[in-house]
Amino acid sequence: MSLAIKVENLSKVYNLGEIGTGTLSRDIERWWALVRGKEDPYLRIGETNDRASKGDSNVVYSLQDLSFEVKQGEAVGIIGRNGAGKSTLLKILSRVTSPTAGKISIKGRIASLLEVGTGFHPELSGKDNIFLNGAIMGMKKAEIKKKLDEIIAFSGVERYVDTPVKRYSSGMYVRLAFAVAAHLQSEILIVDEVLAVGDAEFQSKCLGKMKDVSSNEGRTVLFVSHNMAAMNSLCTSGMILEKGNLHYAGDIDKTINKYLEINRTHSNKDVIDRKDRVGNQKLKFANTWVENANGETVEHVVSGQSIKIVAEIINTTQENIHENITIAFALYDYMGYQITDLSNLHATSDIKLSVQNKITITCELPSLPLNEGVYRYNLFCRINNEVADGLEYAGYFNVNAGDFFGTGRISDKNQGQVLFKQNWNIACAE
Amino acid sequence: MHDNDENWSLVIKQRSSLFNLNLAEVWNYKDLILLLVRRDFVSFYKQTIFGPVWFFIQPFFTTFIYVFIFGTLASLSTDGLPQTLFYLTNIVAWNYFSECLNKTSTVFRDNANIFGKVYFPRLVMPLSIVISNLTRFGVQLILLALAMLYYAVFKDYTFHITWYILLFPLMVLLMAAFGLGAGMIISAMTTKYRDLSFLVSFGIQLLMYVTPVIYPLSAAHEKVKWVLSINPMTPILEGIRLGLLGKGDITIASLLYAVTVVVVVLFIGIITFNKVEKSFVDTV
Repeated sequence: MSLAIKVENLSKVYNLGEIGTGTLSRDIERWWALVRGKEDPYLRIGETNDRASKGDSNVVYSLQDLSFEVKQGEAVGIIGRNGAGKSTLLKILSRVTSPTAGKISIKGRIASLLEVGTGFHPELSGKDNIFLNGAIMGMKKAEIKKKLDEIIAFSGVERYVDTPVKRYSSGMYVRLAFAVAAHLQSEILIVDEVLAVGDAEFQSKCLGKMKDVSSNEGRTVLFVSHNMAAMNSLCTSGMILEKGNLHYAGDIDKTINKYLEINRTHSNKDVIDRKDRVGNQKLKFANTWVENANGETVEHVVSGQSIKIVAEIINTTQENIHENITIAFALYDYMGYQITDLSNLHATSDIKLSVQNKITITCELPSLPLNEGVYRYNLFCRINNEVADGLEYAGYFNVNAGDFFGTGRISDKNQGQVLFKQNWNIACAE
Repeated sequence: MHDNDENWSLVIKQRSSLFNLNLAEVWNYKDLILLLVRRDFVSFYKQTIFGPVWFFIQPFFTTFIYVFIFGTLASLSTDGLPQTLFYLTNIVAWNYFSECLNKTSTVFRDNANIFGKVYFPRLVMPLSIVISNLTRFGVQLILLALAMLYYAVFKDYTFHITWYILLFPLMVLLMAAFGLGAGMIISAMTTKYRDLSFLVSFGIQLLMYVTPVIYPLSAAHEKVKWVLSINPMTPILEGIRLGLLGKGDITIASLLYAVTVVVVVLFIGIITFNKVEKSFVDTV
């Protein structure tokens, strides 16, 4: 397949601090350097690190030497933490701003949905705004006219198309705006976090449309979002940006997992040293890990096999604690939704525990009912219902697909993350 | 990959040449210009009772006041023309120029939101401003035509319609180009130096006093005549009056001077605008 976008050594420099003060003198300095044939004193491309650390320029690279390629018809998800350069990249791609160095080659028309509803005029009717917005995005009037009915139908605001958009609810506004953008005639579509708006029905409609755009119409989609689920269902491949560099590129699944791995700012080992905890600290989590069926400490476990989540708790007080102690592992999926709360409070008959100075607590799941993916758990400890210690993002583990049902067949991970043991009985009518 | 460079439909690079104006691309966006003009026109009188009548009201009352203050109280000369017509013509023409200049000079700031989100040739915006002001100007000309008709029918005033009327479209074009050019220069500079934006409305006001708006060139004081003679708006306004009302001081030399200045200003305007549009998103 041929390429749609080719980015070569792209860099973008921003000035730090306040822009606008002292720029006249700086401009004169710049101009003077130019006159003498010297290089721009405020912009040294490829400035080496030690030179930068001298602090003689307060420029920062939002993108540095970024190179990648996107094939035609590919849906690429761009992931990265805030400030990683995602938006800068999209801005350069959509030609809102120009790069400081490097080159981007593009095949076909680009339409960007950096923010839907750009250029909507509150006083104009919905229909007028469709035309205006479409034209701003680069469509011809005739093209919009041809698609008008389709756009209005997609937006689902037929009744209001002749009403000024200032009377619209914010949801309707976004619906209309997205409808225009989704029907743009372009080979490449750039989407930045638009799905955060609208109701659930419309969101799924948008996702469907975007999927349609990339897989059926063969258009290339670049998608930036923090919504991993949307990313997962929409994109075929992914890229991780970090500090303006390409950190990883590959399959969307692998990319998301990689990203989550990077995000484990706290490794399992130093639970004891973490400061971001709650509670009175009479009891304190010292360590936590995950064991497989063989009792080995692992990061990867398999669906349907036995796993143990283990935590070490130390007593920080001088005396022996003999109280009702409840310990919980709050299990979350990779999107941050809580799956369940594993706790001795519900699962055991007696919660009266005695802690001299250190205990090790283990929760075994005999047949792990989770599908392929990354999971994390928070730790919680209460003494007589009073919080003693609590830690978010305490531990992570990857689940690999496994033979949970004992049939040798594996449930599709996109069809839900929790697996249930199930008995089927099919009775035939006489 | 075996892609040869000719296949790419667009290459984004650091900064293209200063003179890479891409006027063909602007032409591709002509629908957008028209839609923006329509937007400006329609949204101007939305939710008003009088609607487009508001286009008349401002020049009408301004003329009324000028006639009273400058005509009656100060009894300034109007070149022998009826005061109402003299002031109305000047006001309508001057309004057009000052609106073009004013609106164009803030184009980056006013549209920072759109410019920061979507790409289209930025030149589209100032062009649409100039054209949408032209529609307003056109509507106001109707008022002028009505006033002239009134004078012809009820006051038995005879207009000497000559070939000079052909000057009128040329003058309008010059005004538009001058407003556009100067506005773009200012707009390009205000993205960096905000100070300028404070100067603009004030500067336009001052400029009016050294342009034959409230008095004709013939009545200008000797001491300020040189200022008027280097102001390219002087022959433009005189030319408009000559074309429409049949009286105005304009020579071939002053006309050529105005044309030259306007062309130079427009050229510089487009180039500075073009230069700034590529990076202004990062500075505004």
